[in-house]
Amino acid sequence: MSETETKTFVVTRFDPDRHAEPTTQSYEVPVRSDWKVLDALNYIKDEIDPTLSHRWSCRMAVCGSCGMNVNGQPKLTCKDSLAQYGDSVRVEPLANFPVIRDLVVELEGFLEKFKQVKPWIIRAKEKAVTEGTYSQSPEELEAFRQFSMCINCMLCYAACPVVANEPDFLGPAAIAIGHRYNIDSRDEGAHERNQVFRGEGTVFSCSYANECSEVCPKHVDPAAAINQAKFMAVLDWAQSLVLPRGGEEK
Amino acid sequence: MGVVEVIRHDVVIVGGGGAGLRAAIAAVEADPKITIALVSKVYPMRSHTVSAEGGAAAVARPDDSIEMHGYDTVKGSDFLGDQDVIQYFVEEAPKELTRLEHWGCPWSRNEDGTVATRAFGGMTTKRTWFAADKVGFHMLHTLFQHSLRFERIVRYDEHFVSKLLIENGAVRGVAALDIRTGNVRVFIAPAVILTTGGAGKIFPFTTNGTIKTGDGMALAYRTGVPLKDMEFVQYHPTGLPGTGILITEAARGEGGYLLNREGERFLTTRDYGVGQKAELGPRDMISRAIIQEVEAGRGIEGPYGEYVHLDLRHVGADKINQRLPFVRELAKTYVGVDPVEQPIPIRPVVHYMMGGVDTNMDGATLLPGLFAAGETACVSLNGANRLGSNSLTECLVFGARAGQAAVKVARGAGAGNEAVLRRQGEEEQARLDALRGRRKGGERMSVLRNAMNAAMERGCGVYRDQNGMRATVQEIAQVKGRYADLGLSDASRVFNTELVQALELGNMLDVAEAVAHAALARKESRGAHSCRDYKTRDDQNFLHHSLVYFGAAGPRLDKKAATLGCWVPEERKY
Repeated sequence: MSETETKTFVVTRFDPDRHAEPTTQSYEVPVRSDWKVLDALNYIKDEIDPTLSHRWSCRMAVCGSCGMNVNGQPKLTCKDSLAQYGDSVRVEPLANFPVIRDLVVELEGFLEKFKQVKPWIIRAKEKAVTEGTYSQSPEELEAFRQFSMCINCMLCYAACPVVANEPDFLGPAAIAIGHRYNIDSRDEGAHERNQVFRGEGTVFSCSYANECSEVCPKHVDPAAAINQAKFMAVLDWAQSLVLPRGGEEK
Repeated sequence: MGVVEVIRHDVVIVGGGGAGLRAAIAAVEADPKITIALVSKVYPMRSHTVSAEGGAAAVARPDDSIEMHGYDTVKGSDFLGDQDVIQYFVEEAPKELTRLEHWGCPWSRNEDGTVATRAFGGMTTKRTWFAADKVGFHMLHTLFQHSLRFERIVRYDEHFVSKLLIENGAVRGVAALDIRTGNVRVFIAPAVILTTGGAGKIFPFTTNGTIKTGDGMALAYRTGVPLKDMEFVQYHPTGLPGTGILITEAARGEGGYLLNREGERFLTTRDYGVGQKAELGPRDMISRAIIQEVEAGRGIEGPYGEYVHLDLRHVGADKINQRLPFVRELAKTYVGVDPVEQPIPIRPVVHYMMGGVDTNMDGATLLPGLFAAGETACVSLNGANRLGSNSLTECLVFGARAGQAAVKVARGAGAGNEAVLRRQGEEEQARLDALRGRRKGGERMSVLRNAMNAAMERGCGVYRDQNGMRATVQEIAQVKGRYADLGLSDASRVFNTELVQALELGNMLDVAEAVAHAALARKESRGAHSCRDYKTRDDQNFLHHSLVYFGAAGPRLDKKAATLGCWVPEERKY
């Protein structure tokens, strides 16, 4: 559990003040056999090169800060065991995002997309706290629970071939969270969100590659959410044709 | 230096975790005109609230009562919690958790559609609301997502607040480093709320994420606001050896056992003061029991020191998968153990600061305009020992109240002298510019951090003694001296995390100093503060809060009466 071996880490370096293009730098790190990729990056930062910049916090796979591409694959580095890799490990910033510095990528675009899907409970009339909680059966909870597990780590955007070609694509995590609220028994906002989902660059841009679900460290299965969201968006559209006033009669 | 940008809002909130987000929402709901700056050194959903696992306490069942929750909390606090604060807390708790349910929190459910509750340490009955074992994650994301509805909550993500701005004896805003650009921005507001969480990273072995560096505590401390009850540091009984990753108390709430190397359920066979509660005793007592088992030679040798076992095998795969899926994932990922098949190695680990910025029930501090809530604050809910699942609720109850109180202050206040505050911001920019990459060589960050960590663990661990604490006080002072000679080699303005780490280390050293001094002064054993040379509680001399004031030549100590009420101090035995 505690023997060490030396591995070489080839890490992307980029400082916009000094570099026109990203470069790489190699570090030799004595790695313990129970270490994750993040442990090696922290070793580099603490003991070899304090100028390396990377994000991390919880080191227990729940805060979502430390997503990077490791040997070309998007990984949550605090969960990604080094034992599976050979003598040399390549660490790059997450693909498909602009790079701010070294291993730190730009998230503002995602947060804009995230907000577009209105990721909150929408009700015609909000319930007073004095009236107590909504009733929700374990089955109703189970219907959306999986899609509420997203930690916004952005691995799915780094893996998505559509995002690679179409940076404005709403993308897996944002669609999954919108869909999560659409199928929450407490929510009445599906019609609003379905209008978003029928817009350009949203659910119908998805090419069924399924890469997002394969890389998701929390098994959210955004690909399934997107498929369900497509179906619901079409159904909502069909209902709006049949029913008066966009299906919002009463 | 150059001209700094000035940004005006009605309230500035520093920190975007549970307490900060709740405060922001409460503030914009309290007044339809005001705007909030939510300033966080990370993105809000990265805040450490995310790592809380087991649940949030509030009375929900017919067999429970507000009074019982109150009594459990007072007793858990070893009678140092302020009883007026506790009364308010237990009354508000069910409303706050209900509100979060309305906002979409995916609370686990009973068959009849009501919210499910589970058992937790020191709680008389099942009153801990949960969403499997990812409660902090779900609460934080629910709050963050709900906050996005409000255009008037303006986020400034990845901004590190390095200074409180003060004019005429009142706080008037903050100076914050925009980590991405290296520029200092001045935020002017008549009310500032500190919600930056705790300071577990002053210790080497902690459940806390790397961001928990006591920033808000240090900001307040340096302006002359006292820190209260800092000697009370909670060790959670069950952390994974090596990493310190938290294995939730809910694992015991759902039936888990603690076993020593002989496979003996020592909490039932030996007298550790927890009585019939056994594994559901309060955290301070269970942590001490584990240390005593190890000291008696009944621990299990491992590469990261001795540990004991948390056994869930009899709980069964179905229940583990349904109620403790994260525990299973963490144990598999970080120690290679599947709890369905094998017991989990665990040892006590620094988890939570009962102490913090001294506030009243509104979250108000000694400095006009400055508020604090959540783990950063010490509103005196938790006294000498916090009960598990009270802190998530605390973030909501006192975050909301601080948000509302800050709005009242902001409404009546003037605009602040922009020229004066801008100058303070420019000075801060000059200070940070001088620090950035200032010297290769010099003292190394990791060396100083390790020295601080080691000193804190030696002197301020589960068990303490006078000699050890005295040594820690001296060592922390030495590390502070060496910190003045810190070497920094990264000269870049863009996302300079070395600079941020340097500021964080400075904050941690101030907080560590306060903890060590407060600990040395409390010559009794109460709650989480357990002295080998003063083994019993001494209500005659120490039934009071401790206060630590910053001083350039070292801290000054004072005390403050605890607020008693209908629950009279008695021997704390379960």
